[in-house]
Amino acid sequence: MSLAAVNDFVVKFANVNGSGSASANGMFAKSILRMGVPVAARNIFPSNIQGLPTWYEVRISESGHLGRRGGVDLMVAMNPQTWDQDVASIEPGGYLFYDSTKPLPPSKFRTDIEIVGLPLTEICNAAYTDPRQRQLFKNIIYVGALAYLIGIEEAVLETLVREEFGSKANLIDANLRALGLGRDEAAARLKPLGLRMRRSDKVGDRIYVEGNNAAALGAVYGGATVCAWYPITPSTSLAEAFTAHCQKLRVDAASGEAKFAVIQGEDEIASIGIVVGAGWNGARAFTCTSGPGISLMQEFIGLSYFAEIPAVIFDVQRGGPSTGMPTRTQQSDILLAAYASHGDTKHPLLFPEDPAECFEFGALAFDLADRLQTTIFVMLDLDIGMNEWLCRPFAWDDKRVLDHGKVMTREDLDAGKVFGRYLDVDGDGIPYRTLPGVHPDKGAYFTRGTSRDPYARYSEEGAVYVANMQRLLEKFETAKMLIPAPIARPAKRRTPHGVIYFGSTTPAMHEALEILDGQGVHVDGLRVRGFPFGADVSAFIEAHETVFVVEQNRDAQLRTLLMVEGGVDPAKLVPVLGYDGSPITARFITDEISRRIRGLAHTPVPQVAE
Amino acid sequence: MTYITKPRLHHPLLQPNSLGFTRRDYEGKVSTLCAGCGHDSISAAIIQAAYELDLPPHRLAKLSGIGCSSKTPDYFLGNSHGFNSVHGRMPSVLTGANVANRELIYLGVSGDGDSASIGLGQFAHSVRRAVNMTYIVENNGVYGLTKGQFSATSDPGSKSKRGVVNHDQSIDLVGLALQLGASYVARSFSGDKEQLVPLIKGALSHKGAAFIDVISPCVQFNNHVGSTKSFDYVREHNAAMNRLDFIEPRAEITASYAPGEVEIVTQHDGSILRLRKIAPDYDPTDKISAITHLQMHQARGEVVTGLLFVDPEAHDLHDHLGTVHKPLNQLTDAELIPGSKALAVINDSLR
Repeated sequence: MSLAAVNDFVVKFANVNGSGSASANGMFAKSILRMGVPVAARNIFPSNIQGLPTWYEVRISESGHLGRRGGVDLMVAMNPQTWDQDVASIEPGGYLFYDSTKPLPPSKFRTDIEIVGLPLTEICNAAYTDPRQRQLFKNIIYVGALAYLIGIEEAVLETLVREEFGSKANLIDANLRALGLGRDEAAARLKPLGLRMRRSDKVGDRIYVEGNNAAALGAVYGGATVCAWYPITPSTSLAEAFTAHCQKLRVDAASGEAKFAVIQGEDEIASIGIVVGAGWNGARAFTCTSGPGISLMQEFIGLSYFAEIPAVIFDVQRGGPSTGMPTRTQQSDILLAAYASHGDTKHPLLFPEDPAECFEFGALAFDLADRLQTTIFVMLDLDIGMNEWLCRPFAWDDKRVLDHGKVMTREDLDAGKVFGRYLDVDGDGIPYRTLPGVHPDKGAYFTRGTSRDPYARYSEEGAVYVANMQRLLEKFETAKMLIPAPIARPAKRRTPHGVIYFGSTTPAMHEALEILDGQGVHVDGLRVRGFPFGADVSAFIEAHETVFVVEQNRDAQLRTLLMVEGGVDPAKLVPVLGYDGSPITARFITDEISRRIRGLAHTPVPQVAE
Repeated sequence: MTYITKPRLHHPLLQPNSLGFTRRDYEGKVSTLCAGCGHDSISAAIIQAAYELDLPPHRLAKLSGIGCSSKTPDYFLGNSHGFNSVHGRMPSVLTGANVANRELIYLGVSGDGDSASIGLGQFAHSVRRAVNMTYIVENNGVYGLTKGQFSATSDPGSKSKRGVVNHDQSIDLVGLALQLGASYVARSFSGDKEQLVPLIKGALSHKGAAFIDVISPCVQFNNHVGSTKSFDYVREHNAAMNRLDFIEPRAEITASYAPGEVEIVTQHDGSILRLRKIAPDYDPTDKISAITHLQMHQARGEVVTGLLFVDPEAHDLHDHLGTVHKPLNQLTDAELIPGSKALAVINDSLR
């Protein structure tokens, strides 16, 4: 039985990178959106520019599930290198679309799937003579063929081509011709599939955007003026997007002068150094990087903590060191960021769930950094950062005023306000600062990492050091009230089971909760949006017998943070960990949680002897 | 230490400058360096230079890394904001500070360990980015705070206090600065205040990356026979190319000199550098000949001092970035936030 579904299936493209497939695949995904059907598309790519395997997975979901489901219903197998694994990954009854120009032995296929062959190379060779055209248009031709096979409206694709190529009439014509060629050849040789697209209205006013782009725009709205960065996948596009946004939005129309500065540092250490220098001097500054960059920035992050200098770091998380897995997604820098640097340090983290929150938190981070005078981490990951996500549109309240925190002005100093750089005047652990150049003879101070008293005078006295460290803890308590609160997603019935999750896991988690609910398994959800955790998080854990903690790393890092910072009994927090480099799937989470809950139900509670 | 306070007595003979400040107003905390340390002489020269320039102390920010030299910003310009950052990273912190507010004067103080070893990369990149700064390396060829290890500016054949001979090639920061595009390059000696003060004044008035390498003997660990950074060695081998008289914009040149004796260089801000020539064929505006000269004299074991290179029309990082004249840290919300209308347009482009 071949699979049959309308507006609810998974298409995966297997390509060779550098072959020009990305723009064709992107057009395919966007055409689904333009038919009013929600889509989630994910690039899975190698550390390579040309020649290695790359995949593009498109989840089509009228009901709006934007996480990975797991499994593939239609495989577009364009890469001979990965043929065997690609064919093996198709769901029973699913479809294999491939280039049938060169005959393959029956052993290369499966009998429980439907084989849909179209001689793409042959069609291309007949239509084009230039080798580059043959390669590029092959991608467009298969999009045209797929449009016929699953029922994408012709007009939608045509509009997308016109938008993409703008005024370049010759490119529009050539692409439309290739689409038509694919559609006509498919119609002549093949039957439509059981997987169908039908126009709907489920996209609404949502936008389709990458998290890095959104976070960069958030930085623009958050008033960031200085970006210092060093290229590293998957964060590079954040700095590039900030530059592009600023060139459009922050250049003085009359003078052509830039109201921003972007500096490509010689390494991550210099990048964070520039950020700390700019933050010390009162400009809103950030760097964007990934795990290896955070490792290199450790000393400066500690300096920012002790010297109380605002800084923002966007950490677009990825797998471990060197190349390879590093272009795969993970949530594996949680502990690295939370406790970065030497000495006793801890830092606020924000966990955006999608690009809309990347924008919001991207702006909020600068207010928090100024208010708390410390480094704020915005924890993206490759999945959110580099893939386009369908999310609610960006919103900005024009009445909002940026919060620059406690900065003493020349007027304050002239009015005789007492200035002690590390003096807790308001009882919230946050001291006042002055900016260089503020006043001819008041308010200057000498900034050091540590070893100073509340008035920034040199001191190596133990009691003075301890008092300062305790004040920093009070400041961290204040941070709990400023970090976005967690969002609860209660089950339909009262349940002893809870689940805590964060960041890019959210859409797959929500789908899993729906599936579990359908199976009669009730689990209360809590999405944490930042660290330090507030009272809501402790109350949630307190209210449940078992709390699953779902995350995309091996060591259950968020769980560790909950245990350490919240004093939670480890036995109560059950880790659910998907960390193979591909975004976690709803099926994986569902299976893990339902298996554990069944296991929990079957394990008799040990009786304590009276 | 905390319990040492400097007496606030003003000597009746202390003359105020045009801003009404005396030299004392440019001083800082009492130095905790060793008695006789060359670095204290450099601090005194910085104080003198700022005083003579009529510099409002709060319009200058002083930054340093880690080491004996990097402790010194606490000992001068007490009314200026200071930042004792992390080892070898002063240049990046200074770069960030400069980007945030282009209106202040930035003085970076570093040492040979801080700049030639751990911070060589940051030294190089801040210079090649043309950050508008005065970058002073207090160069003693030795790690003082950790008690006497060779630094990367120790010359080959130089002997440590414990009798160990250095075999590694030394790093010549002046040569590097020239190659990397510093637009004001000088070398001086902490024991020669007359030479040093005008060089600092010229650097503070210079727009662009100004670098001064100041040989500053370490009295504890590197002032013995066999060291090439001792007071005696530097005095004996000092080859000054010129003597700089720094003249402020408003001062008129009254003295007359025979042709070829003096070179006049007018800097970007109108300040005038009057160079009295000692080496008659030395042209400090010709970078290639400066590099050649430097190499030649160094090969003879001489310590070349003076204003070695100046490009009076230099550009700085802000010119390259095209930043607004108003400091970035003073831009208002209205100047920074594009607002909801612009956001609606962006939203539309993402559908």
